[in-house]
Amino acid sequence: MTDQRSQAEIVRQSLKRRYRKERRFRLYGIVAIFIALASLFILFADIIGKGHTGFVKTTITLDVTLDSETMYLDDPTDQDQIAMADFVAPIIAALQDHFPDAEGRAARRELGRLVGSYAASDIRDLIEANPDLLNTTQTMEFLAHDTVSVYVKHADDPSYSIRLSEQQQAWVDELLEKDVIDTSFNDVLFSRGDSREPGNAGILGAIVGSLFTMLVTLAISFPVGIAAAIYLEEFAPQNKITDFIEVNINNLAAVPSIIFGLLGLAVFIGLFGMPRSVPVVGGLVLALMTLPTIIISSRAAIKSVPPSIREAAEGIGASKMQVVLHHVVPLAMPGMLTGSIIGMAQALGETAPLLLIGMVAFIVDVPDGFFSSATVLPVQIYLWASSSEQGFVELASAGIMVLLAFMISMNALAIWLRKRLERRW
Amino acid sequence: MQTANLLPLILVLAVAAYGLAFMRSRAVAAPLGGIRNLKALPFYYAARAALWCAIPALIVLAAWAGFEGKVIQGMVISSLPQDVWPESPGQASLVLSQISNVAAGKLNPEFVPEHIAGAAGLLENLRAQSGTFKTILVLLIAALGAAFAWTRVAPHINARESVERTLRRIFFVCAAVAVLTTVGIVFSVIFETVRFFGKVPITEFLFGTSWSPQTALRADQVGAEGAFGIIPLFTGTLLISAIALLVAVPIGLLSAIYLSEYASKRVRSTVKPLLEMLAGVPTVVYGFFAALTVAPFIRDMAELVGLEASSQSALAAGLVMGIMIIPFVSSLSDDVINAVPQTLRDGSLALGATQSETMKNVIFPAALPGIIGGILLAASRAIGETMIVVMAAGLAANLTANPLDSVTTVTVQIATLLVGDQEFDSAKTLSAFALGMMLFIVTLLLNVVALKIVRKYREQYD
Repeated sequence: MTDQRSQAEIVRQSLKRRYRKERRFRLYGIVAIFIALASLFILFADIIGKGHTGFVKTTITLDVTLDSETMYLDDPTDQDQIAMADFVAPIIAALQDHFPDAEGRAARRELGRLVGSYAASDIRDLIEANPDLLNTTQTMEFLAHDTVSVYVKHADDPSYSIRLSEQQQAWVDELLEKDVIDTSFNDVLFSRGDSREPGNAGILGAIVGSLFTMLVTLAISFPVGIAAAIYLEEFAPQNKITDFIEVNINNLAAVPSIIFGLLGLAVFIGLFGMPRSVPVVGGLVLALMTLPTIIISSRAAIKSVPPSIREAAEGIGASKMQVVLHHVVPLAMPGMLTGSIIGMAQALGETAPLLLIGMVAFIVDVPDGFFSSATVLPVQIYLWASSSEQGFVELASAGIMVLLAFMISMNALAIWLRKRLERRW
Repeated sequence: MQTANLLPLILVLAVAAYGLAFMRSRAVAAPLGGIRNLKALPFYYAARAALWCAIPALIVLAAWAGFEGKVIQGMVISSLPQDVWPESPGQASLVLSQISNVAAGKLNPEFVPEHIAGAAGLLENLRAQSGTFKTILVLLIAALGAAFAWTRVAPHINARESVERTLRRIFFVCAAVAVLTTVGIVFSVIFETVRFFGKVPITEFLFGTSWSPQTALRADQVGAEGAFGIIPLFTGTLLISAIALLVAVPIGLLSAIYLSEYASKRVRSTVKPLLEMLAGVPTVVYGFFAALTVAPFIRDMAELVGLEASSQSALAAGLVMGIMIIPFVSSLSDDVINAVPQTLRDGSLALGATQSETMKNVIFPAALPGIIGGILLAASRAIGETMIVVMAAGLAANLTANPLDSVTTVTVQIATLLVGDQEFDSAKTLSAFALGMMLFIVTLLLNVVALKIVRKYREQYD
C-alpha cells in the first residue's frame, strides 16, 4: 500500500519536469520549421531585393543633330563612308548643348562615356535606314553607360562602387533633374540576347533556348516515359528482366545530374558526332534525366485506376491492349500529366549537365532552331552571376525571378490539373 | 535532305499508308458483305500499314543520322595526302574544324593550304551525297513497308494481333531505355577512365594527397607533371556534405516530427507545400544565394570575431546545401514516421508516456532504419550536387577540415575540367571521367544501401 502510494508520488513529482520536457520538445519542432521557412523567405527576399533594379533601364534622351560635317558623312548610301564616319560626335555635341562649358578633349571624352557604347551604332542604323535624315535634328533615346546606370540606381548602396568622376556625377545629377536621364521599364531585358554590356543584355535568347530544349525533352521523355510505365504496370512478366529494369529506374532517379552531362558528352557528342551547345543535345540529356521521374509518377497513376474498370472492359471482350489504351490510360492521364509537368519544371531549372555539353558559350543571337547554338535560362543566370561586371548581378537576379515565375506557374498548372481532373474512386 | 525535314515527310507517308490501307480493307470487305467479315477492324489494317511504313524508315534514319558525321569525317581525313596526316586525335579535330569552317564559308579557301581546301570540297560533296542517299533510302524503305502492308490486307489475316504485338514491343523498348541509359553512363565513363589509368597509376589517383590537373603545354615547362590525387577532393566533398547534413538532418527531422505528431491539419497543409518549395528551387538559384549573399556575410562575421575566412568558404556552400536538402530529409522522415503503426503509439500513450516520450522512446527507434535510409539518400544528393559548389566553393584543392577555408569538390572539378574546349586525350580531360566514375560508384552504393534499408523497413510493418 505504502509502496504504491510512493510510486504515484514519484510519478506526480516528476510530472512537472516531464511536461517541461514535452513543451521543450514541441518548441524544438517549431523552431526547426521556423528556420526552414525563414531561409525560404530570406532567399526570396534577397533575390527580389537584388533583382528588382534589373527590371529598370537607364536612358538618356537627346536632340541629336545629324550634321554631315561633324560625322564626316556626305553620302549615307556609300558603305565606305558609313564605315569611316564618326557617329559619336553628334552625341557629344548634343550633350555639349546641355553643358556649354565642357570643352577640350578630356571633357569631351568624359561626356561621351555617359552614353552606352551601342549609341553610335543606333545612329548609324537610323541613318542607314533613312538616308534623308542627314542634316536634320532627331530626338533619340539612348541606353546610358553602365557606370551611369549603376550611379543612378545604386548611389546609396555600399556594395556597388561608383566609377564616375566627380565632374561626371555632377553632370548626371543635372541631367537627372532635367529629366534627360530617366529610368523606365527594362524592355531590353526581354527583347535581346546576351551582351558584354549589362545594359544591353537580355534574356530573350536564353528563354528561346530553354523553350527549344524543353520541346525536345518533352517530345522524348513524355511518350517514352508513359510507354515504359504502361509496359511495367500492365504487360511486364514477373521475371528477372523486369526486376532489373525496375532497379535501374529507381537508381537512375538518384544519379547526380552532372553524370548525365558526362553521358551526353561521351555518347551524343563524342560517339554520334552531334554539335556542341545545341538545344537538341541538351534536350536529349535532360530527357534521359527526367525519364525516371515521369515513369515513376505515371506508374502510380496507372496503379490508381481501379481493377473494376479493367474487368468490365475485359468482360465485354476487349483485348488486353484495348483495355489499356481505351480505358486505363485515359483515366490515368491526369496523373501522368501532373508528373510530367513536375518533371519538366525540374528539367527547366537544371544547369549542371548542360555545362558539360557546351551550352555555356557566350551567344548574342537569339537561337532560331533546334540546331543553332543556344544557352538556357539557368545557365544564363550562372554566367551572369559569375561575371565580374557589377551590373550583371541585378540581371542574374532578375533572370532568377523570371525562371522562378516559369517554374511556379508550371507547378501551379500541375496542381490545378490534379484538382480539376483527378477522380476519387 | 536534312534529318529534321525527313521526319515530317515520313509522318506524311505513314498517314498516307494509313488512309490507303483503310480504304483497301473496306474495298476487300465489300464483296464479302461488309467489314464484319474481316478478321480485324479496318483501323487495325490501317494502323499496321502506318507502323510498317514508319518504323523501319525511322530506324534506318536514326542509324544513318547517328553515324553519318563520323563516317564522313573519317573519309575526309583519309583523303588527305599521306605526309599531312594528323598525328593525334587532337590535331585531327583541329584540321577537321578548319576544313568544316572552309566548307561552311566562314573561312576563305585562299587562306588555307591547298589540301585543306580540297578536303573542304570533298566534305561538301560527301555531305550532299550522303543527304541524297539517305533521303532515297529512307523513302524507299517507307514505301516498301507500306506496299507490303497493302498486300497483306486480306480477310483471313488478323491485323489486330500484329499491331498489338508491335505496340507491346515498342513499350518494352521504351522501358529498356532506362537500362540503356545506365549502360551508356557506365560505358561513357569506363573507357575514358581506363585510358586515364594508362597515364596515371590508379594508386596515385586513389591515395595521392595533391590535386593540380594542369598539364604542360610544352614538354620542357616547369611543373609539367600534373598531380592527380583524389584525397583532397574527397575530403572537400565530405566536409561540405557533412556541414549540409548537420544543417538538414536536425531541422528536417524535427520539422517532420512536429508536422506528423503535433501540427493541426491546417498548419500541416500550409507548411508542407512551403517546405517542398525549397526542393523545387533550382540549384543555380541556391548557388547564386550562397556565392553572393551567404559567403560575403560569413566572411564579414568571421572578421568581426577576428577569424580569417575565405570568400569562398566551405561553410557557405555547406549551409546553403543544407537548406536545399531539408525537404528531402523532412518528407522522407515524414513518410517513415507515418508508417509506424498507430498501435505502437496508442500503447505507449496508454501506459502514461507523454507525446515526446512516445516519440523518443517508441516511434523514433521503430522508425530509425527508415530515417537512416532517408539520410543516406540526402547524403548522396549532397555529394552529387554541382551548381552550389561550382558557384560558392573554390577551385583550390586544400586538404583541410577548417570550414572557413575554401575547398573544392569532385563535382566542381568535373565541371571545370570539361567546360570549354578540351582535347580528348590529355590526362586533364580524362581525369574528369575518372572522377565521374568515382562519383557514380559512391552515389550508386549509397542509393542501393538506402533503398534496401527503406524497403526492408517498410516490409517490417506492412
